[in-house]
Amino acid sequence: MARIGVFICHCGENISATVDVVKVAEKAGKLSGVAYSTDYKYMCSDPGQTLIIDAIKEHKLTGIVVAACSPRMHEGTFRKAAEKAGINPYLCEMANIREHVSWVHPKSDATTQKALDIVRTMVAKVKKNTALFPIKVPVTKTALVIGGGIAGIQAALDVANAGHKVIMVEKKPSIGGHMSQLSETFPTLDCSQCILTPRMVEVAQHPNITLHTYAEVESVSGFIGNFDVKIKMKAKSVDMSKCTGCGACWQKCPSKKIPDEFNEGMGFRTAIYSPFPQAVPNKPVIDRLNCTYFTKGGKCGLCKKVCPAGAINYDAVDEFIDVKVGAIITATGFDLKHADYFPEYGYGQFKDVIDGMQFERLASASGPTAGEIRRPSDGKVPEKIVFVACAGSRDKAKGIEYCSKICCMYTAKHAMLYKHKNHEGKAYVFYMDIRATGKDYDEFVRRAIEEDEVQYIRGRVSRIYEKNGKLMVKGVDTLMNSTPVDIEADMVVLATAVVANHDAEPLAQKLHISYNKHKFFAEAHPKLKPVETNTAGIMLAGACQSAKDIPESVSQASASASKAIGLFSSNELTREPIVAVVNRQAPPNFTSCTGCLLCQEVCPYHAIESEEIKDRGGNLIKVAAKVNAGLCQGCGTCVAMCRNKSIDLQGFSNDQMLSEVMALLNT
Amino acid sequence: MRIGYYPGCSLEGSSKEYNDSLFAVAERCGITLETIKDWNCCGASAAHNLNHDLALSLPARSLALAASQGFAEMVVPCAACYSRLAGTQNEISNNVAVKTKIEGFIDLKLSAEVKILTVFEFLQKYIFPVADQYIIKKLDQKAACYYGCLYTRPKEIAAVEQIENPMEMDDAMAKAGATPIDWAFKTECCGAGLSVSRTDIVAKLSGRIIEDAVDRGAESIVVACPMCHMNLDMRRPEIKRQLKKELDIPVLFITQALGLSMGIPAFNLGLDKHYVSTDEVINCLAEKEA
Repeated sequence: MARIGVFICHCGENISATVDVVKVAEKAGKLSGVAYSTDYKYMCSDPGQTLIIDAIKEHKLTGIVVAACSPRMHEGTFRKAAEKAGINPYLCEMANIREHVSWVHPKSDATTQKALDIVRTMVAKVKKNTALFPIKVPVTKTALVIGGGIAGIQAALDVANAGHKVIMVEKKPSIGGHMSQLSETFPTLDCSQCILTPRMVEVAQHPNITLHTYAEVESVSGFIGNFDVKIKMKAKSVDMSKCTGCGACWQKCPSKKIPDEFNEGMGFRTAIYSPFPQAVPNKPVIDRLNCTYFTKGGKCGLCKKVCPAGAINYDAVDEFIDVKVGAIITATGFDLKHADYFPEYGYGQFKDVIDGMQFERLASASGPTAGEIRRPSDGKVPEKIVFVACAGSRDKAKGIEYCSKICCMYTAKHAMLYKHKNHEGKAYVFYMDIRATGKDYDEFVRRAIEEDEVQYIRGRVSRIYEKNGKLMVKGVDTLMNSTPVDIEADMVVLATAVVANHDAEPLAQKLHISYNKHKFFAEAHPKLKPVETNTAGIMLAGACQSAKDIPESVSQASASASKAIGLFSSNELTREPIVAVVNRQAPPNFTSCTGCLLCQEVCPYHAIESEEIKDRGGNLIKVAAKVNAGLCQGCGTCVAMCRNKSIDLQGFSNDQMLSEVMALLNT
Repeated sequence: MRIGYYPGCSLEGSSKEYNDSLFAVAERCGITLETIKDWNCCGASAAHNLNHDLALSLPARSLALAASQGFAEMVVPCAACYSRLAGTQNEISNNVAVKTKIEGFIDLKLSAEVKILTVFEFLQKYIFPVADQYIIKKLDQKAACYYGCLYTRPKEIAAVEQIENPMEMDDAMAKAGATPIDWAFKTECCGAGLSVSRTDIVAKLSGRIIEDAVDRGAESIVVACPMCHMNLDMRRPEIKRQLKKELDIPVLFITQALGLSMGIPAFNLGLDKHYVSTDEVINCLAEKEA
């Protein structure tokens, strides 16, 4: 026979001002199975908890209901109290009569009645509660960092410096990401490579970091603390252990006219190449799609002939390695919206209409013009540049409603860099709003306007077309009574929208993490869990979550690293036992599960596997579903799907839920 | 299937040649258009600036009539009529309260939804599938296809696939044997909103459109909107004063151009009704290569 205790909290006056707590306690005491009922001013306080502990012991209570605030607030507090009193903590339930009752209703009899109704349902539930025990899972203290841009680099270094192993996977031949392509950085105008390359080297030399470049994540299975990851090592065709990075191969390579990705197509590279001089590792790979040896069936072979180390291996194949990791930090970055998206701006049609990243390469000392700002069509120094600060972003008609966040700042920087290099040049910026909210950011934009005399025009550009060798920019100045503005420019720079990587979606599906309609990865909570994902053990860093600048990416990277380090701080993980279980019965049934595995189909966390039940002789008796408690998030989808109620959610079983509902109906 | 036809005021008056050429092309291809009985003004000129209820009620009445007369589709060749009718349909179908109110005003039920066809959609659906057998001549010239504003905005009712770079007429002109040019003023404003009150602004805006087409080697401008046509064709004297030069590039309706390529006599297509002579277009007709 159940002996339930009910404890009604006043929460100061938060509850007692609108709910007649004394009456609720009195009526609750008369409910079937309730052995003790009382009220108290602050149940969560030390004397309040003592009151509960003493009551459990004195009245030999078999379960308790604390009617107070949301379980999100104090369930842990009261469960600990129950445990101290010697009963299983999962025999304690909370009835939320604050957020659900006193805070949302005026003082009245009906409000008191609602509080009592909620208490009654929880009493009905707790009578069906059973003792549950936390689930322990071991932790592999290695982190996988996907992406070798600044976010990935920061996260990897933080985890590695805390003494844990890190495996970094980068799909390109070198780490460094977009930041390695940048010229100077706002708001300080310090050189991007100068601050980045030491970090890149540190990653390569760190004893705790294993770096896999030209590699991609092939598949991910397992769960927090215990992920199994298959990594595809794309064939580099160069033996990294033999190669010294001397460069003889790419100097002799005859395929010299391949558009250079690092220079955003504004220069050329060879088929065997290292993307840039400061690359890490600074050893080449062969781009097989453009290599004569591979496209013309074995002709050429020049790099192999000239390589003094004998490192060239045309027969190399893609390899796969399996690793075990405890945490995954996703730092896969972003992309910029490219050509064909702006027919009205002639992007992709006129050579001198470029995007922000191309301008970075023009302004960079390591770029195709060695830092001189020369336009791509004829190499002339432009006398007039128009910058369009929102090209695609915040434009419903383009399907991109969001702000790309970094453009206001980098456009100010671009205009400034141009003015610093060409004092006589004229720079115009068309903008919607200036969003410069970071530290020293607005000062930076003001500097561009006031000291460098960049002309800011508030309004959008409707069209860019070519006439008499000039780019005609048609826009509007909305601060000047919407006057149409026509500018004859020599070059136009479009701050095209920041978008998710083209392969963000397949990666998210491999990782089982959610993403928004723009394919940016979703954080677990927009405010309180900004670096975690809905899949435990997988964190986000940098622009794969949303458009971010360098300081923000680095901050988020360190935050996600700290989550991984926190996870690695113990040998075992303790998880709430709120997971689904498949029932077990005495032989000859063993379980009522028929092994249809519909639950496996619907499980969003891939937590259900099939299990073969065998007799002692090893003969198969039946196949049944089995829940991996490490993966299960307790969502209950499988329970809804199960045809014969063989699967149930611990702590929220069908029986418990039905008891609650029946208690509510049988007033 | 019966196809309804909503002429609007322009096609009965100032742009009669658009009406005549549309019917001539349809007839050549064996397609009958039936005018909606008792259709009324779409309200484009003034209603939408004065009274929103009136602006919705006028098109709604014509839509309700088309439905009650059993039409599932209705061709609306005028861009302004299209904008009003499609805009009204969009607003009514998304808002039950507005729909109920307007039904009260017009005393008709807006039950079945009539599919409004722009001239582009009409050509695409009914003319192009059979056009090859009827196009017997080659309109051997460079054409600048001008779409203006009403077909390209707002996005919700845009009649073209790419609002910033529409190609529907370019494709049609290519079928007629012409070479559509890539130019900068496809969707720029012709000044129609001020076509009566500020003809100086119209001349400036339309002048720039004509000038760019000529600069890029176009031999004709092709339109699908009566207002565009009026401004580009009729306002030449003002445009001449603005640009300080005379440009004699003819402006054709898309249906006139297609009609020519089908060998329909110029007179039947109303090509004699223009202010700027269309003789050069008629003269450039060549035999279609096999």
